[in-house]
Amino acid sequence: MTKNALVLFESMTLKRKDLLDISSLSHDEIIYIFEAAKIFKKVFTETNKKFSFLSGRTVCMLFIEPSTRTRLSFEIAAKRLSADVISVAPSTSSLVKGESLIDTVKTLEAMKTGFIIMRHPVSLAPDFLSRNCEAHVINGGDGNHAHPTQALLDGFSVYERTGSLKGLKVAIVGDIKHSRVARSGIELFTKMGSEVVLCGPPTLLPDDFSLYGIEMTFDLDSILPKLDVVNMLRIQLERQKGSLFPSIREYNKYFSLTKDRLKKCRKDVIVMHPGPINRGIEIDDFVADCENAIIEEQVTNGIAVRMAVFSLLCGKTLEDINKEK
Amino acid sequence: MKLCIKNGRVLDPASGLDKTACVNIEDGIIKSIGEAETADETIDAAGKLVLPGLIDLHVHFREPGREDQETIAGGCRIAAKSGYTSVVTMPNTNPPIDNQALVKFIKHEAEKSGLLNIFPAAAVSKGMKGEEISEMGELHTAGAVAFTDDGKPVSSSILMRRALEYSRMFDVPIMAHEEDHLLVDSGVINEGKVSASLGLRGIPNAAEEVMIARDVIIAGLSKGRLHVQHISSGGSVEIIRNAKKRGVKVTCETAPHYFSLTDEVVREKLALAKMNPPLRTEDDRIKIIEGLKDGTIDAIATDHAPHLMNEKRQEIEFAPNGIIGLETAVPLMITKLVKENGLSYNEVFAKVTCNPAKIIKIKKGEIKPGYDADIVIIDPEKKVIINDDFVASNCKNTPFMGAELFGSVECTILSGRITYKA
Ligand SMILES: [Zn+2]
Repeated sequence: MTKNALVLFESMTLKRKDLLDISSLSHDEIIYIFEAAKIFKKVFTETNKKFSFLSGRTVCMLFIEPSTRTRLSFEIAAKRLSADVISVAPSTSSLVKGESLIDTVKTLEAMKTGFIIMRHPVSLAPDFLSRNCEAHVINGGDGNHAHPTQALLDGFSVYERTGSLKGLKVAIVGDIKHSRVARSGIELFTKMGSEVVLCGPPTLLPDDFSLYGIEMTFDLDSILPKLDVVNMLRIQLERQKGSLFPSIREYNKYFSLTKDRLKKCRKDVIVMHPGPINRGIEIDDFVADCENAIIEEQVTNGIAVRMAVFSLLCGKTLEDINKEK
Repeated sequence: MKLCIKNGRVLDPASGLDKTACVNIEDGIIKSIGEAETADETIDAAGKLVLPGLIDLHVHFREPGREDQETIAGGCRIAAKSGYTSVVTMPNTNPPIDNQALVKFIKHEAEKSGLLNIFPAAAVSKGMKGEEISEMGELHTAGAVAFTDDGKPVSSSILMRRALEYSRMFDVPIMAHEEDHLLVDSGVINEGKVSASLGLRGIPNAAEEVMIARDVIIAGLSKGRLHVQHISSGGSVEIIRNAKKRGVKVTCETAPHYFSLTDEVVREKLALAKMNPPLRTEDDRIKIIEGLKDGTIDAIATDHAPHLMNEKRQEIEFAPNGIIGLETAVPLMITKLVKENGLSYNEVFAKVTCNPAKIIKIKKGEIKPGYDADIVIIDPEKKVIINDDFVASNCKNTPFMGAELFGSVECTILSGRITYKA
């Protein structure tokens, strides 16, 4: 990068109102988020410092689908940026179903909410929300569609170890069909030049992904030796009832990352999991606690990445972040 | 009362007539086509198409039950404005049209409005419950021209067999909304590239195709008349083409959105592009157009389904299925089929005139001496912009909002009376 380009890059910002999915982000914007996250991570892990970027602004957690981990992560990130945080949870609102979403949005607008973080059980709800409000909307996970901050933190977790995602072989394993983490992950790693391979039983692996030129396999063992990264998805135990797989035992046999399977991997393979883990089902104890696994690191990185997203969405640049750190 | 429509390009899809001529009408009946006769009133149609009044085999006017969405009188007005003179209303109202009184009520409301002929379809099963066949004889006598549980499929194959058998007594079609609920499996949009990337549960083509395959086989067995509603998938066209070759008494319809749009528009239009069956892929769209060209698809029906914007303005998964279709039908047929795909006017308009008339056995849909003077005059070169002003329906739920299309309905005539003038 030439000096001029670097200066330009330093003062770049995210020219968008919302973060709804990965597909709307450019390669450079993703790198920019990673670089901002790097700074935030250092400050966050080493000091108690709060940044002032969201001071006086309200961040509303609109979690129509309950989630502790993601909500906490956003909340901590927002507070580290001095925001006022309010929560609307399904238990405290009439918003269990979607009928009144448009009315809730109007209410939040009237309260001058700066950011709305939305988690919703159905796909495209944040997209719908963003078209009907002025506030910045950040998708905290919608249906099976997208979970962009999860993909960013996954990507960042690999990026800070390898310096680049280009040319890496990344497997996403498990219930691809019902996973927003998988969909956003596919988009992010593909966009950053990684080679993505999807692995799971045919019932949980939509053929249609091959239309996007993505490699798919039912045979986990065959791909293990080639992988730089393996991202194990959480399996929803209730899927078994829909005949999507015959039993946990059989799922385990073909798709669990066990100690034996880890031995087939490269020594430096990075093992990820978006959490919470079903220990002994998609991943065994040994693997979850081994050195290759960066599952806790992902949690810390989640806060850094979300701080970066907040800051860049409200017009801050790397320069601003560096100045205030 | 004599009316003369002068110097238009007179098209009669049934006979293939296509020439500049005058249509002379006397007392609501077409008297002659040729030189202008003296008349009480004349309409200058120079440069415009003069066609038989359009016939729609598939509309949902929401009365009784959901008059807030659409009433019969309101629906009649929209239909007239859209160039239609006859429609078949679907029976999935609340209560459903499964008794004589309701059939008569609908016909009566249409007669009161004086704007449209309504030929009601009645429920194929009592209460649309899918258990026992309805009183088809009584319903037919009251004016029902077809039987259907549209909105849902006849899941029971034995009920479908009985309906197709029993209806032979009256030679009326069983109109079938084809979908295998188990394969739909709470899907929201077409299963394919778009559903994979948006993470919306998909409805595979197979959900429609397996039911059509089942029903053409049952139609062969029972020798009844099967009319397959709103086909959307390329595979469905193939199954019906095949069945017709084998001599099965089957006809079918598609809707303008299936030859105009693909599931890609869901990304932009969200719930406004949600209907059942769903918008499919470009490959399906092309095969639907091929089916229209080679005659496999007999009719174009709108599946006009008004929903309040409040109902559509929610998460796509929760929003109801369906879009309005009457007002955009003529512009879409002219723009997408005539202009973009080179079908002739007579080929296209056969699907909304003589073909549907034949399916429900009414003496309409032709410009011929002795026929009712149901006529529409269309300016095919005039552009229309689909916007709030253009859409007169109470409900504005259309994915075509904002589109610029060719083909403007200039005048609609019902039994020699003008029911709409631009
Ligand atoms: Zn239907």
